[in-house]
Amino acid sequence: MTTGAIALCLVISTSAEAAKVSDLTSTNIGEQALRFFSLQDPSLRFALVGSILLGITCGLLGSFIVVRKMALVGDALSHAVLPGVALGFLWGQTKDPFAIFVGATIAGLIGTTVVSLIKQTTRLKEDAALGLVLASFFAVGICLVTMIQRLPTGNKSGIDKFLFGQAAAISAGDVRLMAFVTLLSIATITVFYKECLVTSFDVGFARAAGFPTQLIHHSIMLLLAFTIVVALQAVGVVLVSAMLITPAAAAYLLTDRMHRMLLLAALFGMIAGVLGAFLSFLGNNLPTGPFMVLGASAVFVCAFLFGPKHGVVVRWWKRRSRSGRIRRENALKSIYRVLEERDFRDEGVALRELAQLRRESIEEARAESVDLSRHGLVSTHEEGNVLFFTPKGWQRACEIVRNHRLWELYLTNAVQYAPDHVHEDADVIEHVIGTETVREIERRLQFAKRDPHGRLIPGLEDIYPSTAGRRA
Amino acid sequence: MNDLIPEFDFARVFIAPWADGAQTFIWIALMGFFVAAACGLVGNYLILRRMALVGDAISHSVLPGIAIAFLLANSRSTPVMFLGALVAGILTTVIIEVIHKKSRVKQDAAIGIAFSTLFAIGVILISLYADKVDLDAECVLYGEIAFVPLAPHVQMFGLPLGPEPVVRMGFVAALTLLLIILFYKELLVSSFDPGLAASLGINAGVMHYALMSMLSVVVVSAFESVGAILVIAMLILPGATASLLSQRLPVVLLLSGVHGALSSLLGIHLSIWLECSMAAAMVVMGAALFVLAWVFSPGAGLLATWLSRRSKPVRLEAAPQPAYGR
Repeated sequence: MTTGAIALCLVISTSAEAAKVSDLTSTNIGEQALRFFSLQDPSLRFALVGSILLGITCGLLGSFIVVRKMALVGDALSHAVLPGVALGFLWGQTKDPFAIFVGATIAGLIGTTVVSLIKQTTRLKEDAALGLVLASFFAVGICLVTMIQRLPTGNKSGIDKFLFGQAAAISAGDVRLMAFVTLLSIATITVFYKECLVTSFDVGFARAAGFPTQLIHHSIMLLLAFTIVVALQAVGVVLVSAMLITPAAAAYLLTDRMHRMLLLAALFGMIAGVLGAFLSFLGNNLPTGPFMVLGASAVFVCAFLFGPKHGVVVRWWKRRSRSGRIRRENALKSIYRVLEERDFRDEGVALRELAQLRRESIEEARAESVDLSRHGLVSTHEEGNVLFFTPKGWQRACEIVRNHRLWELYLTNAVQYAPDHVHEDADVIEHVIGTETVREIERRLQFAKRDPHGRLIPGLEDIYPSTAGRRA
Repeated sequence: MNDLIPEFDFARVFIAPWADGAQTFIWIALMGFFVAAACGLVGNYLILRRMALVGDAISHSVLPGIAIAFLLANSRSTPVMFLGALVAGILTTVIIEVIHKKSRVKQDAAIGIAFSTLFAIGVILISLYADKVDLDAECVLYGEIAFVPLAPHVQMFGLPLGPEPVVRMGFVAALTLLLIILFYKELLVSSFDPGLAASLGINAGVMHYALMSMLSVVVVSAFESVGAILVIAMLILPGATASLLSQRLPVVLLLSGVHGALSSLLGIHLSIWLECSMAAAMVVMGAALFVLAWVFSPGAGLLATWLSRRSKPVRLEAAPQPAYGR
């Protein structure tokens, strides 16, 4: 499914280029790309600088809303600013960035206030309140926009560009505003880093420690509103929330430290912003917002799949190798049991005996023995029908059986389990218990020799032959 | 300002539509009512299950489903669109679940990522193939109920029923109502008490996906008239308003239907007065009704709570003095 999304991205980007080639036969993609990156066009320069600034601010603020679990507040806020954009536009009858900025910020703050009012005074929950405010404010905005488009000046104003964004329409004034907001966010986050961090992760502690949690919350909301408003021009009302959430969520998957998450999120936001502006430029000024969002989503998918610590592939690989190890260790344990039943008189174990003890077919046992010998734990003789432990296999088997029996003994003696209830638990723990814990249990059990069922616990000298050199 | 808000003329706003354009407006009003009723019925359950924002997600993410179905089948036939939307809707819920379960990203962020990605794909497809898909990107956002084609009337059993989109929407609304009546108990129990539902043998997963499928179908059929974002209002506003007025689910369901009818009618008049988007005006009136219910609801309204607090002043007992610190 995720690969499908990537494939679709590729299809779209190539077809975007194809559409462009058919439109403008005089230039090719290379020249177009060169034009984009050589920054000769002033409008292109603004678009590029704007996208970079936007990515940085969105990444920084987005990190805080993701760790505060307020992702959808960003969504609601971004839709709620639309009436403010329309009113700000009406104020000067032109696309005055400052008027739009003020109008949108006010509308956004009214929106969030209404959400918290609804939450406090009615039985409706936060999700319903968010959805309600989002859609109602947006409807008011659409009414105003359609009314403005009816005006003689309204139609060519480009107010419709606020819905899906158009990076090419970024002006010098917009860039100045974006730079201001970016600097403001960076400054606020660096100066009040500790305060923001503590209130985001542990509100109770922050309050107890005397931090002004409400003030910090409202400041973050205000910065968020600023960010959304300056990002509108390039990404559009509808998809701003994605630029906040997606880069930050990707960063969240890659690191456990907040300052690294902030840096990564800003970087990812920047990449997505530039990629979006570039692709939309290649595709003959298609709406920028959707391309930026797809860029961010591609980064997220990569982090989701290939993240070094929390990535799906890594975790799948770890689980696979762990389950293989557990299977091998269980087989070693069974061979040990076979040998134990005949008091270690004969060292070769027939495949048939192993299969019988493990209640499986000969073929399954053979596959296991092949796996074991590939790991150098047993050697096979008589066409693979008889198995012998290698020294390494013997040590490992003793270790596992020792872990198992020590744990059984610990459960019966120290935790007062019934002796017939301890086997299953020990079957699980024997594979994961660490050496330190084993040493501790040995000490507590005063180096006991026999498990609750009366069987001998393999001694340390079996596992570390150098200490004694005895072999059964 | 004067050219922005036209003068309020009672005859033009309230009489003329019904005197001159009754043929058109009756169908638009009916369409609005059907959309609001179908969405409102499903929306009630979304509110109960605290899944209002999953509704938000699905309303956005059916777009690529529609666009791809449209490009593949090259037709605007109803079953194809429904199928596309259904697949996209279920895909969204699956993506949200995968992101949420397989990584440490929380559900709210997972919702945001899933729907914005799918919506972006949809918008790009529509912009690229604008000449083939007769949906334009802005129409996708807020629809246009006033331009729903009213010309070809559908006939059934030789009787003229009405314009095709209206009949289709009416059918979807009736189907929603029927399903809710048939599975009333199951939906009720699984929404309020998943544990009890499981003990009664109701499969919560099946109910969840059934509700999501129903939601996708309702959303896609409402798409044409109200668009991706205003559909959220249609989903949440009726249920939210009704839940302020009553605590009984059957009454709430009925009231959300009433809310739909009222907002549809009032919205038409508002849009005629202000000459603005009709679907948006319907939502604005719906929101106004919500505000009215919020303030004046007899039980839980702001006014009622304020009055009852005033008439029964809270008497505070003098707290016993702490023994320490004297």
